[in-house]
Amino acid sequence: MPDIATLSAIRFGTGLTPDGVGPVGAEALLASLCGTDQLMARFPEETFHVRAAKARDFQLARRARRNGGEEAEAAFREVRRAMQTDMVRQLGKTIARGVADPGGMRERLVWFWADHFTTAGTRGPMRGSITAYIEEAIRPHVTGRFGNMLEVAVLHPVMLLYLDQDHSVGPNSRFGLRQGRGLNENLAREVLELHTLGTGYTQHDVTEFAELLTGLSTTREGEFAFRAARAEPGPETVLGKSYGTWRPARLDSIQKALRDLALRPETARHLSLKLARHFLTDTPPEEVLVKMETAYLESGGDLLQTYGAMLAHPASWQPDLLKAKSPLLFVTSALKALGVPPEAVAVADPRDLRRYVFRPMIVMGQHWQGAPGPDGFPDSLEGWIRPQTLAARIGWAMLAPDQLGLDLPDPRVFVRHALADAASPEVIWAAARAETRTEGIGLVLASSEFQRR
Amino acid sequence: MAHTMSRRQLILRATALGCSAAASPLLTPVTMARAATDHRLVVIILRGGMDGLATIQPYGDPGFAGLRPEHGPAFGDHDLDGFFALNNNLGNLMPLWQAGELAFAHAVSTPYRDRRSHFDGQDLLEAGLGNDHAGRRHNDGWLNRFLQTLPGAARETALAVGRRHMLILKGQAPAMSWAPEARLALSPAAEALLAHIYHDDDLFREAFDQAQHLSAEIFGDQIGDEEDMMQAMADAMASTVRNERHNLTAFLGEQLQGDTRIVSFSLGGWDTHRNQTGGLRRALQQFSGTLLGLRRALGAVWRQTTVVAMTEFGRTARLNGSRGTDHGTGGAMIFAGGALRGGRVLGQWPGLGEGDLYADRDLAATGDVRAYAAWLLAGLYGTDRAVLEGEIFPGLDLGTNPNLT
Repeated sequence: MPDIATLSAIRFGTGLTPDGVGPVGAEALLASLCGTDQLMARFPEETFHVRAAKARDFQLARRARRNGGEEAEAAFREVRRAMQTDMVRQLGKTIARGVADPGGMRERLVWFWADHFTTAGTRGPMRGSITAYIEEAIRPHVTGRFGNMLEVAVLHPVMLLYLDQDHSVGPNSRFGLRQGRGLNENLAREVLELHTLGTGYTQHDVTEFAELLTGLSTTREGEFAFRAARAEPGPETVLGKSYGTWRPARLDSIQKALRDLALRPETARHLSLKLARHFLTDTPPEEVLVKMETAYLESGGDLLQTYGAMLAHPASWQPDLLKAKSPLLFVTSALKALGVPPEAVAVADPRDLRRYVFRPMIVMGQHWQGAPGPDGFPDSLEGWIRPQTLAARIGWAMLAPDQLGLDLPDPRVFVRHALADAASPEVIWAAARAETRTEGIGLVLASSEFQRR
Repeated sequence: MAHTMSRRQLILRATALGCSAAASPLLTPVTMARAATDHRLVVIILRGGMDGLATIQPYGDPGFAGLRPEHGPAFGDHDLDGFFALNNNLGNLMPLWQAGELAFAHAVSTPYRDRRSHFDGQDLLEAGLGNDHAGRRHNDGWLNRFLQTLPGAARETALAVGRRHMLILKGQAPAMSWAPEARLALSPAAEALLAHIYHDDDLFREAFDQAQHLSAEIFGDQIGDEEDMMQAMADAMASTVRNERHNLTAFLGEQLQGDTRIVSFSLGGWDTHRNQTGGLRRALQQFSGTLLGLRRALGAVWRQTTVVAMTEFGRTARLNGSRGTDHGTGGAMIFAGGALRGGRVLGQWPGLGEGDLYADRDLAATGDVRAYAAWLLAGLYGTDRAVLEGEIFPGLDLGTNPNLT
């Protein structure tokens, strides 16, 4: 039976380590979130500004290639190789941070909120820039107020591009009247449905909110721009409240609406349910949801208070492992249990990262930064564990540690490191009877105890 | 075709495991029952909301040209019946239309209304329930409820394909789930030990058992010794997911020529919020390529096959401000197959004029996608109307039979 130390590591963190001890229990977990974020500096990422310039270089090289010529072809291949290497390195660093953190709750929260505010794809400045978006719009805010994260994420160029906001124009704006252009509802709808309320709005709210959001755009270089000439003359009424004025259109009316949305009771319920479903169980008890939404609303949307309410509830500490690790968490926790130095993951050969991490994760059902839609990846137990995706997890467990050239411990010892008191007699028995060291490690990593959390 | 146990399964059974593995009923399917039907049904979920108006174009409606300029026979799309035209990007399907192996239903939708969420809309489409169930969690899908009523159905009868979870086949009736690129190739010893580890975990035990079964069936004979197995799995793990469409149709062909009778999978790319001509081109070409690839892969079995493609909703009648379309209501369904009585566009056309649109924005829905699916089941498998209206699609009124098969 997993005790509170094991649960702290596997349910709320990035898994157990062979030697170190992470935070144990609600208070220690919360304390681990309060200090400075040291992993950001230890594994630094490029800014969006830098990434957008590289995406631009990529586009220019691709365009030059269309005119033909061997030189242009070679130049494009070089730029493309560099871009692919950068992207797979970003995945390596994401995993390295999870391996490096003795606890790992901050990393888990970054992954959770990055999925909540999913962006995906390679359109224009987005190519290779999603990590920077997460770094700038999500990561600094996972322990702050939700409203701040909402505002920065929704107004980030990567989100504006992903959900077509740069194409939405107020039909009665100067630009809209001149060009005969109009609304694109995509971002407005997903902010209401996925990012904030979940329920309790109408098509009228979507349309009005879409009108309010007009003006949000990006420059050719991929930087944020507010273009008042494209903004629909206000005011607009969203959920019964009026925002904006006839003219001039102002960015702060949009920010005001986002702040109000963040503090709606529907949002409190939606976020509490999503957090509890992610960390605890697909069917969380009503009691814990009430505690969480109350903490959220009474604190003005303070996420640390909301996590605190969840962690203070016994549902966080019941010993049954009712959730499955995501493929990203599975791979991260496996490398962590094997004692791989995080720096080695960060500087691993990009070909290895592609062959033994990025591609296998696709077959496990998680195309990293390539979610099928703005609702992210399905997070339920059954969503992750299916015959085809389990086969991919087993294949990785049996092969990747060996293929990556890692030092493999004795399976009889490893089963204790990787699972602690979550290990069943069956897995201890099986680990001791494996024909080879590789298979012994593979059996432990493939075990349901290791796959669950 | 009865399956005999593969050598590997025999070895597994012979490995000294003592109590646990041998006691599992799931590990002893020595012979599998064959479903008591020859009819194959392929259900494709078009995720993202297909624009029915640009796909099956009502160019004979006076309102059409204003809504979808640059569409219709004058722009290279294919006339079907003097009123509807087929999008040029589905032009490869015209021989099927002429052979009576292609049909459409227009101005149809699920009962989902007004909220226009992809996610709730897709769930409701797969759950097969009424609008009062929108936004709730669903325990099962309509194809699984149908499977529960199919005489002789075994676990091998139905298969969900792809990496994505398919609610439509979730439920009490056993069904399989696999992706063409997945592969399980373990040494007999590792396989037996893993079965021992998973034995008390229902979810993992059942998923592992299916993975063993399907992987053995698909790859079993190609693998020799242990080193080959590891190499095979390493190749599968390291390979890019290339040629996805070919892999999918070849896999579907093999399965449907074997014991599988019912498959379901998803095709995405339909959420054309901007510049929809280009976006829709890709999605339509992917659809027609998949359909024609499937027909090739099925060979003679195509004659006994019916394909139905359905989407969570149609799109706005008017183009939006970025030459795309936003989420709407009424849309279209596509039927194909050698068993089809096609060459028809079914449905009651609601018109596109002033006052005809739903909420002054979307193509109105005059038919329910569930009714067409239900009549297909009735036609292919003889499912009772009472069962269809009471259990598989509770609360549905089937209306009149479109005689699709």
